[in-house]
Amino acid sequence: MKAVTAEPVAALALEPVAERAGVTRLMTRNRSVLFGGTILALVVLVAILAPVLGTSDPARVEPVLRNKRPGAVASTRNADGSQTARTHWMGTDSLGRDVYSRVIYGARVSMMVGASVALISTVVGLVIGVLAGYLRWLDGIVMRIMDGLMSIPAILLAIGLVSLSRAGLRTVILAIVIPEVPRVVRLVRSVVLSIREEPYVEAAVALGARTPMLLVRHVLPNTLAPIIVQATFICASAILVEAILSFLGVGIPPETPTWGNIMAEGRALFRIFPHNILFPGLFLALTVLAVNILGDGLRDSLDPRLRSRL
Amino acid sequence: MLPYIGRRLLATIPVMAVVAVVVFMLLRLTTGDPAAIIAGDNATSQDVAAIRTKLGLDRPIAQQFVIWIGNVLRGDLGESFFFKKQVSQLIVERMEPTLALATCTLLLAVAMAVPLGVLAAWRRGTWIDRAVMGLSVLGFSVPVFVIGYLLIYLVAIQLGWLPVQGYQRLAEGFGGFIERLILPSITLAIIYVALIARITRASVLEVLNADHVRTARAKGLGDASVLLRHVLRNAAVPIVTVIGLGVALLIGGVVVTESVYAIPGLGRLTVDAVLARDYPTVQAVILLFSVAYVLINLLVDLSYTLLDPRIRY
Repeated sequence: MKAVTAEPVAALALEPVAERAGVTRLMTRNRSVLFGGTILALVVLVAILAPVLGTSDPARVEPVLRNKRPGAVASTRNADGSQTARTHWMGTDSLGRDVYSRVIYGARVSMMVGASVALISTVVGLVIGVLAGYLRWLDGIVMRIMDGLMSIPAILLAIGLVSLSRAGLRTVILAIVIPEVPRVVRLVRSVVLSIREEPYVEAAVALGARTPMLLVRHVLPNTLAPIIVQATFICASAILVEAILSFLGVGIPPETPTWGNIMAEGRALFRIFPHNILFPGLFLALTVLAVNILGDGLRDSLDPRLRSRL
Repeated sequence: MLPYIGRRLLATIPVMAVVAVVVFMLLRLTTGDPAAIIAGDNATSQDVAAIRTKLGLDRPIAQQFVIWIGNVLRGDLGESFFFKKQVSQLIVERMEPTLALATCTLLLAVAMAVPLGVLAAWRRGTWIDRAVMGLSVLGFSVPVFVIGYLLIYLVAIQLGWLPVQGYQRLAEGFGGFIERLILPSITLAIIYVALIARITRASVLEVLNADHVRTARAKGLGDASVLLRHVLRNAAVPIVTVIGLGVALLIGGVVVTESVYAIPGLGRLTVDAVLARDYPTVQAVILLFSVAYVLINLLVDLSYTLLDPRIRY
């Protein structure tokens, strides 16, 4: 598949790295970056502060409180006989667990998966991509393997990988990382290939710079901008894929509150109690939207030439 | 042209080989003994040994791969542990719903996305453009199953216009067949529309600035004629490319959509097989989908010569 992923961001490599201050100013002036970044920061904050946001134990099963509609007030009897009234803002699920608490705690898993997948696949892809782009003998083999991996639709590959072992957070992260790596490798390689031909790199070679030095000083900084943009999009897609895996029942174990799991739980009674699917779905969509908008904004501000085109 | 097709076909061989190795390794990478997992919790050690011999797991891994690939090339995908029949037969049975869903989605997506993209490019910078682009980001971000349940809730449950879930074979009547395909196709089409509309807009924008478009305008052609005959034709290659690449999204989406709408197709089969740890079926379906994806993109590559006579091989 040629011309398959002419990543638009790859063109960035040709631009010299702008001064730090300029980039930061551009980024904060970009409305998309501000908007997406703010929402993402809020979700991260919610994930961190989950225990103090009026939540109860997200795993506590209370058979008496099964299937309460959003806003229902339910009172429970404490050990000393007194009653406590609790409002279930988002209702309860078919095991009587508080959906609000589960949704809030679910943010933790999504953020964790998004961040780790973005980080791991970028680092792995960066290393392989730089090597493939720089060492010609490695290039052919590595790129054929990457082409092959990319021909397996990402969700299918992830599903196949989680089917291997009992799924847990680590397996799921790994299963999402593997299909993402080839995309980073291609991007990094294309950047490296174009930089190799730059006069200043030739000059550095002529001055006797060694390959590792060359890679660190000249090649890596140039891959940074497109990689940051790519990592943002990977983060968004990782959050989505994790939710899909959980939703299909092949992801993180069902007792862990994740947005996908809450929705999977709500499937059976969806016609009568749609809140189990709607609330986590809303959070999921909003978060992914924020990350995607952030990515768009970063791409625009890191490479103004692309703004009009995509 | 012919030598090009030959070379292009040859180039897919290494890709297919990598796919085959990865799919084969899926089972072999299992932590623990695959034979024991397949045999289940109540199996005796004799049972496990019998399964190991039957699957050839006692042989060296390279030999196993050769046997497996040989069988696959002869159309023998093995026997499903869970459904207790030939995997190839299982796949044939589940093919129709998936093909119907994919075709419907593809038609719907292209019919919606291309006009939207052209409109956005043509009215660049206006609220129409911003609305189309905004919706496209939204389409990328809202998960397939959330869209699916929203549509079921609004259209099928609240309004009662369409059936909630299920599938009806084409042979049992066209009305019921298409009625049950509308919601799943819309659900699945949304992310695809987002993708195609974006690329259509970008590539139309590029062509709109070309000299020949200005000439066409100057000689007094109307907007419709300029857009259709001079712009869209020249913008076709990237659009068709992205339609081909988007098939990967489509396949991923099929798995989810079929689960949401209880459609007994290949996607549902994949999930059922994974949940039942039915490895031969999982392998076969992943292999099949990947081969389909590679072949579709091969066709896309070959279609460039038809779309753009300047491209010669």
